[in-house]
Amino acid sequence: MTSPGPTADLPVLSLLIFAPLLGAGVASVLRNERALRWWSLACTLVVAASSLPLYGWFDIGTAQFQFVEHAAWIPWLNIHYTLGLDGISLLLVLLTTLIMPLCVLASWRYIATRVKEFMVCLLIMEAAMIGVFCALDFVLFFVFWEAMLIPMALLIGIWGGPRKVYAALKFFIYTMAGSVFLLVAIIALYLEAGTFHIPDLMGRPYATGFQCWVFLAFFLSFAIKVPMFPFHTWLPAAHVEAPTAGSVVLASILLKMGTYGFLRFSLPIAPAATHLFTPYVLGLSVVAILYGGFTALAQSDLKKLVAYSSVGHMGFATLGIFTLNASGIEGAALVMVNHGVTTGALFIAVGIIFERLHTRDLSQTAGLGKFMPIFAGFLGVFCLSSLAFPGTNSFIGEFLVLSGGFAYSKALAISVVPGVILAAAYMLRMLQTVAYGGVRNPSHAGLADLEGREILTLAPLLVFVFWIGLNPEPFTRVLDATVQHLLAQVHRAGPLTSSLP
Amino acid sequence: MTFSSFLLAFLPELALLVGALVLFVISLGEERVDRARSAALLVAAAAAVASALGLGQQALLFDGAYRIDAFSQWLKLALTVGFLLILLASRELPDIRRDVKPEYYFFLALSVCGLVMLVSCVEVITLVVALELSAFPLYFLVAMRRERAGQRSQMEAAIKYIMFGIAANGIMLFGLSYLFGLTGTTSLQGMAAQLGPVLQSPLAMVGLGLTCVGLFYKLAVFPFHFWTPDVYQGASNETASLVASLPKVGAVAVLVRFTSLAAPDDRTLPGLIALLAGASMFYGNLIALQQKDLKRLLGFSGIAHAGYALVGFVALDTAGYTAALYYIVGYLFMVLAGFVVISHVSRDGANVALEELAGLHRRAPLLALTLVVGMFALAGLPPFVGFFGKLALLKAALAKGYLALVIVTVINAAIAVYYYLAVVREACFRDPGDQRAIPLCWSARTLCGLLIAGILLLGVGPARVLETIAGSLSPP
Repeated sequence: MTSPGPTADLPVLSLLIFAPLLGAGVASVLRNERALRWWSLACTLVVAASSLPLYGWFDIGTAQFQFVEHAAWIPWLNIHYTLGLDGISLLLVLLTTLIMPLCVLASWRYIATRVKEFMVCLLIMEAAMIGVFCALDFVLFFVFWEAMLIPMALLIGIWGGPRKVYAALKFFIYTMAGSVFLLVAIIALYLEAGTFHIPDLMGRPYATGFQCWVFLAFFLSFAIKVPMFPFHTWLPAAHVEAPTAGSVVLASILLKMGTYGFLRFSLPIAPAATHLFTPYVLGLSVVAILYGGFTALAQSDLKKLVAYSSVGHMGFATLGIFTLNASGIEGAALVMVNHGVTTGALFIAVGIIFERLHTRDLSQTAGLGKFMPIFAGFLGVFCLSSLAFPGTNSFIGEFLVLSGGFAYSKALAISVVPGVILAAAYMLRMLQTVAYGGVRNPSHAGLADLEGREILTLAPLLVFVFWIGLNPEPFTRVLDATVQHLLAQVHRAGPLTSSLP
Repeated sequence: MTFSSFLLAFLPELALLVGALVLFVISLGEERVDRARSAALLVAAAAAVASALGLGQQALLFDGAYRIDAFSQWLKLALTVGFLLILLASRELPDIRRDVKPEYYFFLALSVCGLVMLVSCVEVITLVVALELSAFPLYFLVAMRRERAGQRSQMEAAIKYIMFGIAANGIMLFGLSYLFGLTGTTSLQGMAAQLGPVLQSPLAMVGLGLTCVGLFYKLAVFPFHFWTPDVYQGASNETASLVASLPKVGAVAVLVRFTSLAAPDDRTLPGLIALLAGASMFYGNLIALQQKDLKRLLGFSGIAHAGYALVGFVALDTAGYTAALYYIVGYLFMVLAGFVVISHVSRDGANVALEELAGLHRRAPLLALTLVVGMFALAGLPPFVGFFGKLALLKAALAKGYLALVIVTVINAAIAVYYYLAVVREACFRDPGDQRAIPLCWSARTLCGLLIAGILLLGVGPARVLETIAGSLSPP
């Protein structure tokens, strides 16, 4: 199971997880705010730089977990410290390490009070998020999964907007309520299989009834995190109140953990139950896409608009996953990455507006494009990306998902089409108002366009928009073997639903 | 047995007894508060060192009534370390009448001495005596709070504590009389041997059940919890921190001794325990949601946590007992983290309302951190000890098929998050307004650091602790 090359003896994943923690430790004794910002930026950049070689070392020919680390942790409870990556988690780890320096940059001026605590929270978040994607022991996974709650709730609750306390508590309680059942499912699986090692839990012949309960417990937890349609109500509150960096972390990475959970756990561990519940999950996904679209269309608050668009986009991700075919799942994985890039960028853009105008009201921000042309250019690209314009990243992902949807059921795919049109409608409405709307507020004339730091924050995301959009091959390449293996696991236990009309 | 080996085996108890005597002598003089405090700290430190020295000891003392083994020795270490932490947390006893402060330390040492003896007793008469030795000083300590305008609740609390305590002890003695009647012996080992054939008889079950009542009272399990909120509220902050922590460790330890008398495949006693555990959790958590006084909140949360600890006992096996003991030792640290904050935030020793925590993150960042860690640990979040304790408990219970109880437990964990968050909300998300900053002396800083480290390390690296506990439980 060990991978070739220089990684065999270098615990590279542990380093990625513990480097931000170490950085947080150092940050907690720094006193100078300026030094704190630079230190945090340096930490996140170092982590990002040291995560890049993973892509080169990653062997795309195998579906085995790579860079595996294994050590005893709590032998008495049979809990181990096991880390490893496959194609899907590799992309998500890289997304995480890429987004974090941008989060630090986006908070450069936005966070003026209690910088130290903010940066410490952000760095702890980074460690926990990388840990979630790397963990191959179910308890270790759960520890990272829950450990994210505390810094995230603090990010929202301390540096958030006017209703921050409400939003932080709602986020916390929702997520916690979902994950307690995940814990029961983890213990039940252990008692059934005798191990917490995730690869060993997959592909076992559990009874169908048992699988259904496990699936439902997983579903509750992951669907809240995604968030899927009836469980989404924490999301707009959390997004609107969170500071820019909080929104970006939430949208770009935390939401991915729900869909990652489906891919990593629900499908391979409970395949029979997956087949049983697929129609319902697909139905909820379609509802989420349409609901997210319609609700976003009605928003006048920019952050709320982007937040509800997230509900729609994540609907595409769950739709792709539960079509249970190769293009659907590969598309879903791409949608996850794309949504991280695009929605993260949109939240940073909204943050830039808010820093200048102290409002996020759509009508107040009309006509900014005239005074901030560079900003308008960036915003235009990200809006087009968000509505899946051909040539941008989201197009590839949604196209794959839809083609997977067609293979599953034509009716399903057609019912999603209005969602795509809605996305165009709300994104263009926003773009049109902000960039080209009439100049109603003369005080906008004094607004400064983007400064170097802000361009630096948005530019990497712009590169990825076009890179994935024009040449997705480097990204899909690492997914192929993993997705094929996943499909083999899912279909071993159930009927081949993907061939149904 | 040579005298020196006896001395080594009995050293923690001797340290506490001698210390209590010294404190008694000090309390005879006038104006000896500072000296009494130093002496108490010295006694606690000596007892902790003695317990650490005695870790590997094995002995059977006093005609087989008193067993020194791995089980009793690590518990003594936990108890004496807890004693030291409580003394550090209680500072200058701001809310105890000045003229009885030396006596306060004397009774404190005596009570801990009782607890330390309790965990070694393997003969029921000795055990009851040790239990009373630990309980009676507490009754006095509750009543020793200073009187002032509008504050007479300490007397009510003390009366309630005594009445419930005596009644619970009576019931326990009644249950023990059944067990004695059935087996004709007062030695626990003899009982276990004699009880085997008659274990399924109603008489044995009733005897065992009633015996547990006395311990359920100490642990504050529903419906033996009625004293809890009033005692927490009525007693001074320092006394409450003692009542909330150490006796529960002792109670769980003795409960392990008694429940292991039951047959491993018995379903009646676990059924009863499961019922009480579920009721405790729901009762404690639901009522805690409404509390405005931080001590009352911790009181009700303590009832819920007694329920969690009982979850381990339904399994009736080593895994369950280990989980329960691990959990209660973790609870010691978690609840003390809460009480340290209470005793520092409180003005002149008065009770602390939730609003008084407002803006603690600005007024005393370290206290806020201690509170946040303590509350999230109580709520059962990783990487703190509260999470791993719950994990071990749930695993033990589920392994024996108590799915309903496990689901009740996790639902309660989710309910409880709300009020722990309410505490965190006050401390971290509110503005301090015009409330004063709280200066911390170095000993308070050390204490906060120790508690945070304890909660974190017991959570992240529990391997050694769990193995020690499990190893000490295996039958000799």
